[in-house]
Amino acid sequence: MNAKLHKLKLYLQDFWRYRYLIYHLISRDFKLKYRRSVLGVVWSVLNPLLMSLVMYLVFSSVFAGMRGTGIENFAVFLLIGQLLFTLFREATTNAMASVLQSAPLLRKVYIPKYIFPLEKVCFSLVNCVFSLAALVILMIFTGTPFYWTALLAFYPLLTLFVFSLGAGLFLAMATVFFRDVMHMWEVFCTALMYFSAIFYDPDQMSGFVQKLIRFNPLYWYITAFRRTVLDGEVLTWSMVWVCGGCALVSLFVGLWAFRRHQDKFVLHL
Amino acid sequence: MSTAIEVKNVSMRFNLAKEKQESLKEYFMALIKGRLQFDEFYALKDVDLTVEKGDFYGLVGLNGSGKSTLLKVIAGVYKPTTGSCTVTGTIAPLIELGAGFDMDLTARENIYLNGTVLGFTPKYLDEKFDEIVDFSELREFLDVPLKNYSSGMVARIAFAIATCTKPDILIADEILSVGDFLFQQKCEERMRKLLEGGTTVILVSHSIEQVERMCNKVAWINKGEKIMDGPAAEVCAAYRKAQKE
Repeated sequence: MNAKLHKLKLYLQDFWRYRYLIYHLISRDFKLKYRRSVLGVVWSVLNPLLMSLVMYLVFSSVFAGMRGTGIENFAVFLLIGQLLFTLFREATTNAMASVLQSAPLLRKVYIPKYIFPLEKVCFSLVNCVFSLAALVILMIFTGTPFYWTALLAFYPLLTLFVFSLGAGLFLAMATVFFRDVMHMWEVFCTALMYFSAIFYDPDQMSGFVQKLIRFNPLYWYITAFRRTVLDGEVLTWSMVWVCGGCALVSLFVGLWAFRRHQDKFVLHL
Repeated sequence: MSTAIEVKNVSMRFNLAKEKQESLKEYFMALIKGRLQFDEFYALKDVDLTVEKGDFYGLVGLNGSGKSTLLKVIAGVYKPTTGSCTVTGTIAPLIELGAGFDMDLTARENIYLNGTVLGFTPKYLDEKFDEIVDFSELREFLDVPLKNYSSGMVARIAFAIATCTKPDILIADEILSVGDFLFQQKCEERMRKLLEGGTTVILVSHSIEQVERMCNKVAWINKGEKIMDGPAAEVCAAYRKAQKE
């Protein structure tokens, strides 16, 4: 037991030693993402706003029947779903490719390999936090009231971060061995988007879809976030359990799979 | 004297690339056809090596003899298939210069990025920044993206970063072949200084003269096997003789 604790301590120390590296990698990603663009970081705010505008127009005119009639503040409703789903998709997609991308480095220097998926997921979270400005702007613009419960939105956001990290670690590991995973995940994400209640309210749908959608963790994160920001109510216990539980299970599985195979990575890069 | 690096019965096996399955389809096709065997290739076969603290250790051998693989095992990049490798102290790896560089970033940004890859803190790098820049003699190009640098210039920066601290072990793979002779002299001088300060240096070079001049001990590797090791003069003489035959 003591030896195990000691090992864990060494592991965490190692992790702490590389915190600056994570910081520098994130700042590198930021610089490269917005380099030579005139508006720079403003795009982090503008992008979700414009994307939501497109979806708003589509689902208010062409597919107006699809979203049902019960959603009062559709613009904000939509943007929240969009922001959280983008966080998940960006985080997992980038984390998935991160180990492969760092091949030149991993082949030459010893660095803990989980740094790279972790960095990408952190980068997506930072991006998402910037994008929250878009949410605030839209809420002011549409005259949506601000509730104190909005502060509780950090819980679904952070648990979604952990959930994405676990998924990202697993995907990064799988991609090293089978490049197909990248392509499959892209398709899967698109399918998932339609089952995450981004632009409709499942409560207004038939029983079957409503039941099915409850098996999608993303539905819970998005709904919990909406509840605190849009409805001004505190989280229900089932939201707390599902969001936290999914995050922990995902992290555990991801870490376990990653650690089990990480020594073989360098031979497959 | 105590041991800095102990390599014990290390073998390193690779599955040759032509049989590498990188897509699920290929994998299952091969599985169904019962052909999921790999062509095995041993880059290192049962290598033993002991480096004492303070040694200037040279590795010689032809291309593809396994020198770089051995360095990577020591640096912790590869985990040996069998055997063990114990390293005491911090390692500054210089395996192919500029491994941690991002060519799109400027030299200034890269110094911090690469420095943190090697495990330095930003505060430490702040302190050493001028020293690094002075050593590389590239102050006027500090804010130019690295992709516009020549390979010699990149090498200067990389060497300056890796040696700005006093590592316990410095691993140098062919680094000196890039710069001009003035810079090579400067690097040799810096390595000697580190050596006097108690650093252990492992050097791979194709220039047998350089190895003979700088190292006190040398190991000769051929096709993954250690042919001999010992005092520099002895091994180098045997190596030269073998080359002539």
